[in-house]
Amino acid sequence: MTRFIAWTVFLFGCLFFVLPLLGLTEFSLSMRREGYTFDAYRVVLADPQFRATFLYSVMAAVMTIIMGVLIVVPTAYWVRLKMPWLRPVVEFITLLPLVIPAIVIVFGYIRLYNTSSVLPLMGSTAGTTVLLICGFTVLALPYMYRAVDTGMRTIDIKTLTEAAQSLGAGWFTILFRIILPNVLVAVLSGSFLTFAIVIGEFVFPALLNLPAFGPYMQIVGANKAYEPMALAVIAFTITWACMGLIQLVTRFQKHTQVKR
Amino acid sequence: MAFLELAGLKKSFGDLQVVNDFSLNVDQGEFISFLGPSGCGKTTVLRMVAGFEEPSAGSIKVGGTEVTGLKPNERDMGMVFQAYALFPNMTVAQNIGFGLKVRGTPKADIKPRVVEMLKIIQLEQLGDRYPYQLSGGQQQRVALARALAPSPKLLLLDEPLSALDAKVRVSLRDEIRSIQKRLGITTIFVTHDQEEALSISDRIVVMHGGVAQQVATPFEIYNRPSTKFVANFVGTLNVLEGTVVDSALGKVRVNNDEISLKQSLNGAKNGDAVSLALRPEAMALGDYKGHDSELHGKIADVSFLGSVIRVRVNLGKETIALDTFNNSRTPPPNVGDNAKVTFTSNDLLVLQ
Ligand SMILES: Nc1ncnc2c1ncn2[C@@H]1O[C@H](COP(=O)(O)OP(=O)(O)O)[C@@H](O)[C@H]1O
Ligand SMILES: [Mg+2]
Repeated sequence: MTRFIAWTVFLFGCLFFVLPLLGLTEFSLSMRREGYTFDAYRVVLADPQFRATFLYSVMAAVMTIIMGVLIVVPTAYWVRLKMPWLRPVVEFITLLPLVIPAIVIVFGYIRLYNTSSVLPLMGSTAGTTVLLICGFTVLALPYMYRAVDTGMRTIDIKTLTEAAQSLGAGWFTILFRIILPNVLVAVLSGSFLTFAIVIGEFVFPALLNLPAFGPYMQIVGANKAYEPMALAVIAFTITWACMGLIQLVTRFQKHTQVKR
Repeated sequence: MAFLELAGLKKSFGDLQVVNDFSLNVDQGEFISFLGPSGCGKTTVLRMVAGFEEPSAGSIKVGGTEVTGLKPNERDMGMVFQAYALFPNMTVAQNIGFGLKVRGTPKADIKPRVVEMLKIIQLEQLGDRYPYQLSGGQQQRVALARALAPSPKLLLLDEPLSALDAKVRVSLRDEIRSIQKRLGITTIFVTHDQEEALSISDRIVVMHGGVAQQVATPFEIYNRPSTKFVANFVGTLNVLEGTVVDSALGKVRVNNDEISLKQSLNGAKNGDAVSLALRPEAMALGDYKGHDSELHGKIADVSFLGSVIRVRVNLGKETIALDTFNNSRTPPPNVGDNAKVTFTSNDLLVLQ
């Protein structure tokens, strides 16, 4: 009986997720009256705006990942190694972006870095893009930190560090030759999550007036019928591909783990 | 001049004083063991030598040069940990070559050195394996090779055998000693296992409560322990509580028997209590050639251990253990029998 209820709930959950997706996909394929067609996708992919905004967002995502890794890996390492009592505090700080709306951060940036401020980053597109990447890094912080910190739990940070030190290694070598390679899988899964979050992000680029994929989707959605559905399916596929990659690298990790 | 000089080392963690005035001189090429129960500060002293802990007081010199203020990566000391601590992302060969690579040794020089080290630890075939593909004993040998590859000034080992099973422990222990002798590297080996320390060391430092209780050769430590703690910790020991009857003649009463000692009573006066210690193998049941002293009691317990029979004799207040060799013609005594225990008074240790 309980089994039956469990299955019912499971099925209901599936329907809840899958039905709208199916509807969406079906609609995106119905641009012509006579039957299913990929016309909507063809139109979207051929749109130079799509290519430009998508490339821009990919670039922003990659920069975000690099910046996130450079901030998070040394921080998580140092906290675990030297200041374990600080971990709850750091964890709390990294969770803040989940609580504070992105719009608050954007308005903070606009106030601090507008053209009449001391550091007028918003005077140029390049400067504004830097702000965008900083904002994205903050957004991705909870996911990146969690992934990396969990990865560090699986290796004996302290002893590996001491072993490397006694062999003559300095901090830079330890961080980039020992620690980073051993948490690479965690870093990768954090990176894919970051990518999935950042690629379609709307608030930051819209308010900073940047040509990113999120605002483009919104514009297309407001003006067309079939194309936005195709875009949604594409965005969804990217997200799921990222999740799939996380699964893949996690499986790969088993191969390199230390046997105890 | 000693190669490694530790002078007045102290270490406190908050209010807890862990190492208290620890001094030691080690000669070049010597194999020193730190032996003591868990928590006595062995690891802390070793970590101060390696540079992972900063001494609260005292100094560390290597080859006459002060190293106390140097960082661990500036000290040129090889360290082997209980948990192996091989780098999981590197192959065996890369692990062994790491210290040389970090020092900027040219690639062409690293390779032959790695091959040489692999040969020394007898794992020539396994250079391309990853640590997780090796057994514990193999991993620890790689860790040893990794520590030795850059030819460090000192080799420091912190309970390197504790995580291994008994058989591997013994064979690797002998291997470590023979490699150490071959390379002539000055070595400090931390262990809580007395057999380990006795079997491989040039000298042993017995530690207790952050203090070096005795520093001596294994033979000295076993046969002439200088404190009650050392006597008790190393090997099995019978401690007899006696009272000085005549300090001038060295007469001491133990229960109802009187023993004459030739050795010094450490300034004890008539009526003072003294502790005397005696190894089980120094005693015999009944008369024995050369034995000049005797104690009387009753057999309390007999355990047959194969080639050796361990007999426990109740002397009234105390029970002592003694070992006799098994002899197929004379069966062991029965529990409750009267027993005369004999020994040479010279074998008695007067404990401080
Ligand atoms: N980092 C530390 N902080 C506080 N106490 C410590 C620290 N390291 C060691 N101790 C304490 O110092 C004492 C000696 O430790 P240790 O040198 O590891 O002993 P051993 O290696 O002989 O077992 C122990 O009581 C231990 O709890
Ligand atoms: Mg220890």
